[in-house]
Amino acid sequence: MSIFALDFPPLGHLVDFKNFALDGAFGINKVVLVYFFAIVLTLVVFTFGNKKQMVPTGMQTVAESAVGLVEDNIIMQTMGHSGLGWAPFMTSVFMFVFFTNIFEIIPVIQMPANARIASPMFLALLIWVLYNGAGIKAQGLGHYLKNSLFPPGVPKALYILVVPIEFVSNFLVRPFSLMVRLFANLLAGHILLTTFTILSASLWTAKWYAVFLPLPIIMVIFFTLFEIMVAFLQAYVFTLLASVYIGSSIHPEH
Amino acid sequence: MALLAAGISGNIAALTYGLAAIGPGIGIGYLVGQAVQAMARQPESAGMVRTTMFLGIAFTEALALIGFVVFFLGKS
Repeated sequence: MSIFALDFPPLGHLVDFKNFALDGAFGINKVVLVYFFAIVLTLVVFTFGNKKQMVPTGMQTVAESAVGLVEDNIIMQTMGHSGLGWAPFMTSVFMFVFFTNIFEIIPVIQMPANARIASPMFLALLIWVLYNGAGIKAQGLGHYLKNSLFPPGVPKALYILVVPIEFVSNFLVRPFSLMVRLFANLLAGHILLTTFTILSASLWTAKWYAVFLPLPIIMVIFFTLFEIMVAFLQAYVFTLLASVYIGSSIHPEH
Repeated sequence: MALLAAGISGNIAALTYGLAAIGPGIGIGYLVGQAVQAMARQPESAGMVRTTMFLGIAFTEALALIGFVVFFLGKS
């Protein structure tokens, strides 16, 4: 039944790659290579974009629009003026997540590094440590815990219910959902693209059903364009949520 | 994990994603609809509405994505 791509490979085959250097825990495979590319690309953008022309050209345009997006649309909307000190960190996170995502559609590589859970998990843990650290630094441990666990305006008796819920949602669900959102979106996109590509490949025959070949090819093209948007949007959402969490721990709601 | 009573066969994990997608589907539709309405009424506050909209989508979408992950956990 290869016509319907029913001999779809097991999921592990889509995201598992052989090490080609340094075996063991420090093995380098395709995914690790994508991390390196993403880091190098981020560095390249900001090294070559580091000019101060009035009319930006080339790489400076890319760097300025990235910084502009993060400052105006992410930090100013969620943390306000006092959060602008976080702009360099947020921009690097944005660029790194975006570049690791965009390799999903770059020919030959076509593997989003965030479809393996390691990178989203590490990023989410980093954000978790940062927003807790920033909260403790800004308010002190006692105040930070009080503000994040005891929301104001709740009747005293209800605190028995509210405190555990707030604890779970602030300290456990936040990093978990941050991780799962990035991971699952990219894995889903990768699986979609693979499904339609395998279907196209199975229809590439001299049989009569080859007339259906254009349909999956159109879907591949459509989803490739869609995944460009997803790669950008997930980087944006990840940075946005990171800055919302950091902002809410620096300035608690009153 | 093979199956339901009445002779339907297949993988029950496939159902979880369908179920998990219902709520977030309705939620995101409603959310974006309201956001578009807000932007149409007050175009000057479109930027703020858009940021809040993406935040809302991110939170709502998380449920569907957890369903998606559970689907793979159940499948293997």
